[in-house]
Amino acid sequence: MQSQLASDETSVSQRLANGPVWAGVLAAGIGCAALGTLVDLSEASKSISKALNFYTPTGDLSGKTILAVLVWIVAWAVLHARWKNRDVHSPKLVLTVTLVLILLAMVAVFPPFFEIFAAK
Amino acid sequence: MEITSREFWTEFHGIILGAVYLLAFTGGFVSLWDFRSDWITGAAVKKAATRLIAWTWTMAIIAWLTVLVGTYIVYPWYRAKPPAGTVGSALAQYPKYSLLASPKTADWHEFGMEWKEHVAWLVPILATSVALLVTKHYRLIASDRFLRKSILTLYLFAFVAASIAGVFGAFINKAAPLR
Repeated sequence: MQSQLASDETSVSQRLANGPVWAGVLAAGIGCAALGTLVDLSEASKSISKALNFYTPTGDLSGKTILAVLVWIVAWAVLHARWKNRDVHSPKLVLTVTLVLILLAMVAVFPPFFEIFAAK
Repeated sequence: MEITSREFWTEFHGIILGAVYLLAFTGGFVSLWDFRSDWITGAAVKKAATRLIAWTWTMAIIAWLTVLVGTYIVYPWYRAKPPAGTVGSALAQYPKYSLLASPKTADWHEFGMEWKEHVAWLVPILATSVALLVTKHYRLIASDRFLRKSILTLYLFAFVAASIAGVFGAFINKAAPLR
């Protein structure tokens, strides 16, 4: 995907490379998807839910949200490092992947969906 | 005219921050919609960018404040477990258990609160992404129509997620107010 989406930095002239912006867009989708995944995992497993209980008064919501934010920041840092001097050739593909990740996150945090995985 | 600490933080979380969020979203949306280098040129781009950055950062900061106050101040009161044997009007101090005590209100927690508490956390991720991107790359965003529309889409998703959380928050606080 890396080679498909981005050109070598040598082909990017003096104008601004668009890689860093698209890195930020995709990272937002990854961060949202991470939250959705953590919500479903903690619903499916009591031990995961317990492990995500970073702050007892708030329960596992603390771990789910802190880890999702960390995933978002790390994803952005990694994508930025890889795309900072490059042009993304397929912005439509990056946007599509991002929107799919955000929509999946919205479905994953929807109670009738995550209750399918509820640990007995 | 009294207000308890719990009522204050709940109103601050839902009404005060919510109102500023709506204002910031509107300002940011209009600024981003109009932020086109074929409409604004030269020094005007810089001025328009300053406005856009101010609105989007206001929305991002408000989103963070809202989820942090909600998760770490209001939510622990909402989900606090009542002592064994607490029933009737004494349950009113424990909104989650008060809602779950009746089949007529249980869905406010099982559907409403469960959705709200999670979907709300998509908002700071999306809103902060937009704020950082417009701050760092406003020239590119002004000149690239597809990119500007893509950023607008992230911004709209942040608004939709915040609206779901806000509407359910208002209804839940009506069904089982924190006092």
